[in-house]
Amino acid sequence: MEKEKTKLLKLTKSEYLIFLGAVVLPFIFFDSFYIQGLLIFIMMWVMLGNSWNLLAGYTGQVSFGHAAYFGIGAYAAALPYFHYKISPWWGLLYGGLAAVILGYLLGILVFRLRGPYFALGTLATGEILRLVFGEEEWLTNGHNGILYTTTWVSKYPYYFIALALAILSIISVKIVMKSKAGFYFLSIREDEDAAAALGINTKKYKNISMVISTFWAGTAGAFYMIYMGFIDPEVVFALHNISIITILIGIIGGVGTIWGPAIGAVVMVFVQELFRSAIFGLAPHWVSGLHALIFGLLVIIVILYLPGGIMGDWELLTNKFKFSKRAESSS
Amino acid sequence: MDVFLQSLISGLLIGGLYAIIGIGMTLIMGVLKIINLAHGQILMVAMYVTWVLWKYFGIDPYLSIFITIPFIFVFAEGLSKYLLHPLIEKESILPENQVLMTVGIGMVLVELARFIFTSNYRSIQTSYTDKAWHVAGISFHVPLVIAFVIAIFLTVGLYVLLRRTDLGRSIRATAQDKIAATLMGISSAKITILTYGLGSALDAAAGSLLLPVYYLYPDVGPLFTVKAFVITILGGLGSTVGAIAGGLVLGVAETFGATYISSGYRDAVGLVIFLIVLVFFPGGLKRLTKV
Amino acid sequence: MSILKLDNLTKNFGGLMAVDHVSFTVKEGEIFGLIGPNGSGKTTIFNLINHYYPVSEGKIYFQGIDITHKKTHEIAQLGIGRTFQKVKPLKRLTVEDNVMAGAFARETTFAGARAVAQDVLKFCHLDDVKNMKAGSLPIGGRKRLEIAKALATRPKLILLDETAAGLNPGELDEAIDIIKKIRDELGITVLIVEHIMKVIMTLSDKIHAIAHGATIAEGTPAEVAKNPLVIESYLGSDYNVENYLNA
Repeated sequence: MEKEKTKLLKLTKSEYLIFLGAVVLPFIFFDSFYIQGLLIFIMMWVMLGNSWNLLAGYTGQVSFGHAAYFGIGAYAAALPYFHYKISPWWGLLYGGLAAVILGYLLGILVFRLRGPYFALGTLATGEILRLVFGEEEWLTNGHNGILYTTTWVSKYPYYFIALALAILSIISVKIVMKSKAGFYFLSIREDEDAAAALGINTKKYKNISMVISTFWAGTAGAFYMIYMGFIDPEVVFALHNISIITILIGIIGGVGTIWGPAIGAVVMVFVQELFRSAIFGLAPHWVSGLHALIFGLLVIIVILYLPGGIMGDWELLTNKFKFSKRAESSS
Repeated sequence: MDVFLQSLISGLLIGGLYAIIGIGMTLIMGVLKIINLAHGQILMVAMYVTWVLWKYFGIDPYLSIFITIPFIFVFAEGLSKYLLHPLIEKESILPENQVLMTVGIGMVLVELARFIFTSNYRSIQTSYTDKAWHVAGISFHVPLVIAFVIAIFLTVGLYVLLRRTDLGRSIRATAQDKIAATLMGISSAKITILTYGLGSALDAAAGSLLLPVYYLYPDVGPLFTVKAFVITILGGLGSTVGAIAGGLVLGVAETFGATYISSGYRDAVGLVIFLIVLVFFPGGLKRLTKV
Repeated sequence: MSILKLDNLTKNFGGLMAVDHVSFTVKEGEIFGLIGPNGSGKTTIFNLINHYYPVSEGKIYFQGIDITHKKTHEIAQLGIGRTFQKVKPLKRLTVEDNVMAGAFARETTFAGARAVAQDVLKFCHLDDVKNMKAGSLPIGGRKRLEIAKALATRPKLILLDETAAGLNPGELDEAIDIIKKIRDELGITVLIVEHIMKVIMTLSDKIHAIAHGATIAEGTPAEVAKNPLVIESYLGSDYNVENYLNA
C-alpha cells in the first residue's frame, strides 16, 4: 500500500522544470504589472480548466455551466464581506466548499441526464444562477456588484497564491487519475452502461468527480474575487466568458490529458492578449478588436485538425510532415 | 383579467416566432443528432443582414425574408459542409465535438458582428413599428401580428415540403434511421448538410421578422440559442408539432413571468421550466401531444 | 441448489408485453440456455436481471436474496456478471485496462487488479493483445473481451448474451471452449442466450425456450429440441435435431 502511494505522487522531470519555470517567470517580468497580471489570469484559468477537464474530459460529463461553480465560489468569498465585513480571504477556504455543495445538489438533477442533455442541463443551471443573483438584490446587491479594496498593490503575492493553487489542482487531478476512482471515471466516460455492469456505482463516482471539479472551480472563483476586488453576476456567472471559455481551453489544450488545460490556458490568454494589444502595438489599432474572433477561429481549427487538442495530438503536431508514415504504421 | 388576456395574446404572438426558431432547431437535431449552439447566432446574422438591407437599401424587413432566407441557407450549408460534416469521421475523446464546433462557430459569428457593427444597440423604425390594433380592450401589436401570420405561412410551407415532396421524405427518412435511409439510396451526407441549411433558413426568417420588435446587438445570438433549445426540449426532441407547442409555451411563460413575477425573471422562467421538463419529463410536450 | 430464480417475471413496455410471467430456476454449476426467436424477450430478461430496466411484476432471487429492486452495480457486486449482445468495450482504454476496470469490483489496489486481469486475459486468450486499444479489436476479440470484463468482476453467475454471434468457425470453437471452461475450471454458473444451435445444444445442461415473451418449453437440449411448440415457433418445421446434437 505504501509503495503504491509513493508511486501516485511521482512527477516527471519536465514537470518539475515547468513548476520551477513558473516560479521564476514573474521575476523576469518584474517591471510589467501588465504581464504579471496576465500570468495570474493564466493560473486562474488553469484551475478552471482542470476543474472542467476532470468532469468532462476524464469522466465524460460535458458541463456547459461551470460558471455556476466559479460564480458561487466568488460570491461565497464576497457575501460574508458584503454583509458582515468578514475578509474575502476566507473565501479560499469556503469558496470551494460552497461550490461543492452546489455541485452536489445540482448533480442530483443533472446526473439524471446523459450526453447532450447533460450539457443543456448544466447550461441552464448556470444561466438560472446568473439571473437569480442579478435579481435578488437584498442578498447580492444585484447588478451593482460587490466591491472590495484589494489587500496588496504588488502582484507577486497574488501570483504565488494562484500558482500554488494551480499546481495543487494539477497534482490533485494527477493523483485521482492514478487511482481506482480515476479508472472508474474513464470507464464511465467510455460507456456508462458497461461501467455499471462491471459493478461501478456510476452515480457515486460521477459525484466524486463533480466534488473535486467543483472544488477547484469554486476556489478559482474565490480567488478571482480576492484578486479583482469586484464581482457582479454578469461577470462571474457569464455563460460565454466563463463556461464556454473554460470548455474551449480544455479543447485547445487537449481534453482528458493532465497538461491540456494548462496549455490551453496559456494559449488562450496569449492569443487574446496578442491581439488585444494589437500585436504589442505594432499593428493598426483595429486589430485589437479581433482578439476574441481569433480565439474562436483557433478553436475551429483545433477541432477540425487536432481533435485531441495540443496535448492529445502532440505526436500529430510534431510529426506533421510524417503523415503518410503515420497512416502506414497504423494500418 | 385584461392583464391576463393581454399577456396571453402577446405571449402567443411572440411564441409564433419562437416556434419557427424551434422548428429549425428540431430539424437540425432530428437529422444531425446534435444540439446546434450556433442557432441563435445564425439568427443574429440574419437580423444584421435585415438591418443592413433596411438601413442602406431601404428594404422593408418583411420583404427582406426573400433575401435572408436564401442567403442564410447557402451560408449555413457552407458551415455544415466544411466545418461540421468533416467531424463525423474524426476520432475524438468527447462525442460532442460537433456540438463544440457549433460553439466555436457561434463565437466567431458574434465576434465578427461585434467587429463590424460594434456592440451598439440597433433597431429599425418603420411606419408600423409602434402601431397596434385594439380589439375588445386587448391590443395587438401590428409587427407581431404580421410576423405571426408569416410564421404560420412558413410553418405550413415547411409542412408541405416535409410531407409532400421527395426531398421531405428523404429528410424524414434520414432523421428516423440514417443507415436504412442510406440503404434505400438516399445520400445521407447530402441530406444532413442540406438540413442544416434548411433549419438555419427558418431561423433566418425568424430573425428578419423579429427585427422590427427587438433590439439588435451581437449578444442577441447566445440569448436566442438558449431560447432555441428551451423550445426544443419543451417540445420533445425531434417533433415539429412539439416545437410549435414549445415555442408558444415559452412565449406565454415569458410574458406571464414578466407580468406576474418580475421582468428580470422573464428569461429565468423559461429556463426553470426547461430544466424541470428536461429532468422529469424527458419526452417533453410530445408525450402529451403524441405526435 | 438454486443460484438464480425468476418468479413470474414480467416486463410491460407501455402495453407491449416484452416478458410475460416467465419463471425458471438456474442451479449452481449449471450451463443454462435461454432460447427463443428474435424479439422474444431474451435480452430483455437479461436487462431485467441486472436492472437496466425496472421490473413490472414478479421477483428475481439470486442465492436466495431478492434482487428485483437492486441497482445494476449492486447486482454486479453481489456476483452476477454479464456480457452485452451489442458489445460495449471501453473503446479508448487498452484491453488490459478494460479488464482491470472489472477487476476493481473486488480489488482495491492496482497490483491486485492487474494480477486478476492477467489471469482473466490469459483465460480468454487476450494476453497478446492486452496493450491494444479495445476499440481497435476485431469482432472475435471484442466478444472475448466482453467475457473477460465480466469474469474480472469474479462473478458467481455469468450472463452471456449471444457471445458467439458473428464469429467464424474457428472463433466459434474457441468461444465454446472458453464457455465450457468457465463452468468446469472456474466453477461459475452460466446463463446463456444464443442463436447458434451448435453452441446452445452442445453446452447447455438445461434449456428454457420462450416465444413472444412467454415460456413455451423447458428441459434438456434433446427434450426441448423435440418439443413441437419449439420446433414450430423457432426451429422451423424442416429442422433436424440430430444434426445439431451430433455436431
